[in-house]
Amino acid sequence: MIYLELFFTFLKIGAFTFGGGYAMLPFIQTEVQAHGWLSMEELVNFVAVSESTPGPFAVNISTYVGMETAGLPGALCATLGVTLPSFVIILLVAKCFARFKSSKIVAGAMSGLKPAVIGLIGSAVISVGQTVFFADGFSAFQGIDYGFVCSLVIFAAALIMIIKKVHPILVIVLAAVLGIGSGYLGQIL
Amino acid sequence: MKEKRKKIGALFLTFLKIGAFTFGGGYAMIPLIQKEAVTKRRWIEDKDILDIVAIAESTPGPIAINSATFVGFEVAGFWGAFASTFGVVLPSFLMIAAISLVLKEFQHMQAVQYAFNGIRAGVLALILKAFWSMYKQCPKKPMSYVIAAAAFVAAAFLKVDVLYIILGCAAAGLLSTAVVSGRARK
Repeated sequence: MIYLELFFTFLKIGAFTFGGGYAMLPFIQTEVQAHGWLSMEELVNFVAVSESTPGPFAVNISTYVGMETAGLPGALCATLGVTLPSFVIILLVAKCFARFKSSKIVAGAMSGLKPAVIGLIGSAVISVGQTVFFADGFSAFQGIDYGFVCSLVIFAAALIMIIKKVHPILVIVLAAVLGIGSGYLGQIL
Repeated sequence: MKEKRKKIGALFLTFLKIGAFTFGGGYAMIPLIQKEAVTKRRWIEDKDILDIVAIAESTPGPIAINSATFVGFEVAGFWGAFASTFGVVLPSFLMIAAISLVLKEFQHMQAVQYAFNGIRAGVLALILKAFWSMYKQCPKKPMSYVIAAAAFVAAAFLKVDVLYIILGCAAAGLLSTAVVSGRARK
């Protein structure tokens, strides 16, 4: 049943992601692709939507996937699934907070999880980069085409803006404007 | 009893507001929690904020939900936790549910497709930035580099299930700290 599938998939995502946000991307990517819920392009598009709307990425993406696959009840199941592990675990931890805080086991596990998050975000950079620059897969890449150059220019412009500490939403808006401009320019050329 | 019910209501409203006004999620929320829960309501103290961040980081799940649940529980027990978590999730839920309806209508338009072509390149830059800030925050120990590299290769190229990567890295961290502290004892 789709509702249970949504609930348990997002329960798993909620229970096994640390570091929040983009560190979740590789996990979410595998799950939504395995179930055929979203394509990689749709997922990356949604990252931008989530970045421009309030609230945590995990909640946004689960609501969105739930809505897309099974309407409002689906959205409820997915969001409940992603929230539940946090809620239960924090309740347990809050009760024995002092012991949790000084626990050597927690500190030890964290010393492995922090770098893991870096590796996972690195992996997200690779898969999103592949979607942006080689949408048809590396093998189909033949020479330098117009779309590739446009993506490269927009990526460089966005990177410079981010380094200059421009707000992420503004970066997304400008990338959208550049995308529209280069798209129509491509039609003329 | 009445006092507690009032607190639960206030928790819900406060986290509803925080949920509705934090963009980018996670860490962006911490200053807002500080302002609302410490400065305005005096539910918790300034030093508690550091604990909240530490707890939210070292438990699974989104930082926003972890910290909302934690503050809610500290202030008013189970129902406090429930009210804060419900409050922080609700705005996202409603907004995204509405957006998903609109997005479907517009996604087929040529201009929107062009816009998303550009946006995806912008998102790549944002993720690269997140990668860089995470890297800067991480303790620079040889073991960290090994674990980060292993997680990267496993996820990006070997397509190992992320669940196993998380479990494996936690185990590696435990093992390496056990070895280090074992050596220190000798």
